[in-house]
Amino acid sequence: MNNNRMLEITVGAFMALGLLALFFLSMQVSNLSAASSGGGYNVEARFDNIGSLKVRSPVTMAGVRVGRVSAIDFDRKTFEAVVTLHIDSDYEQAIPDDTFAKIFTAGLLGEQYIGLDAGGSPNFLAEGGKISLTQSALVLEEIIGQFLFSKAEEGGKVE
Amino acid sequence: MLDLLARLGRIGIGSLEQLGRGHLLLLYMVVGVGELFTHPRLLLKQLYSVGVLSLLIVAISGTFVGMVLGLQGYYILSQFGAEQTLGVMVSASLVRELGPVVTALLFAGRAGSALTAEIGLMKATEQLSGLEMMAVNPVKRILTPRFFAGHISMPMLAAMFSALGVMGGYFVGVGLLGVDDGAFWSQMQAKIDFDDDVLNGVIKSLVFGLVCTWIALFQGYSAVPTAEGVSRATTRTVVHSSLAVLGLDFILTALMFGE
Repeated sequence: MNNNRMLEITVGAFMALGLLALFFLSMQVSNLSAASSGGGYNVEARFDNIGSLKVRSPVTMAGVRVGRVSAIDFDRKTFEAVVTLHIDSDYEQAIPDDTFAKIFTAGLLGEQYIGLDAGGSPNFLAEGGKISLTQSALVLEEIIGQFLFSKAEEGGKVE
Repeated sequence: MLDLLARLGRIGIGSLEQLGRGHLLLLYMVVGVGELFTHPRLLLKQLYSVGVLSLLIVAISGTFVGMVLGLQGYYILSQFGAEQTLGVMVSASLVRELGPVVTALLFAGRAGSALTAEIGLMKATEQLSGLEMMAVNPVKRILTPRFFAGHISMPMLAAMFSALGVMGGYFVGVGLLGVDDGAFWSQMQAKIDFDDDVLNGVIKSLVFGLVCTWIALFQGYSAVPTAEGVSRATTRTVVHSSLAVLGLDFILTALMFGE
């Protein structure tokens, strides 16, 4: 009888440890605790070039993460990239509708993310809102190309 | 020439027969699930011998694998000035691959071989036929609890392996090598997705648990009932389970993470 009880206790402890480990993995290691806030709203932004921005890339405002990219589509008529941003429900009534969206790169080799610069409008973005002021991603080849081109022009002037 | 062809045919038919019997055994074990509800103590005992007794080896190897990942990852990442991403590297490799796979290999060696030896010896000493004489179905009574115990224990053990590995990596990276504490966890949480990474790891470990216990029980049940036969069956269990786990891991990874 006593033996049986020991058996039950050890197996119970084993199961508890296993579930605890799963809980640790889901809460501490993965993003479940951050993503489970449920609500929030979607905003649309159009870019000429999104570089290597991906779905689930972070959206930040003044460096604070306020949401993530939920979808990236291509507009066949205007040839623009249509990026849907999912803003967390904590930041409702917090983003003015003349906000400026730019694509930045975290570090030299890091991933790309969207930075929002707040505007001065008294109206706020809501579900289905559109961000009209955008700046495309910086593509390294284009910058180098422009740099070389301007260097070449300078060289031409001297002659 | 015809002899050669006949031998090839015999091998083919033999392995097909083996495969068929293996699947029939799986079917009988799954059908016998009702036994667990009428005699839950059978399952409890097997959970103890399959799960709890494997805990020590899984916990210790998990911690050390995590610590080695921390050391090795730090060495490589610091060359690119990216020590901050150590947490992502350690946890992603543990949760996605190393946790389920290494746990399954250890499980096959620790629990699978024990299951085969036990069942094989029961067969050699005619305990299984004895049960049948008493009108007790040995598959339901002996194999089903062991099968489900393995199936339940494996994800638990894999989760503990991954969790302890992350703690080991944290200990080495943050404690000894001086990676920033906040960056370690926050980068990890930013990059590891619950559905994509953690849940897929759990699915993997469920599949490996099924395969490992199934192979172990089938080898034990179909062992030649002699001392030599049991020892051969035990060896085959470890070899077949390990190969199956490694092969399946590639297929599962390609399905889950290959876009």
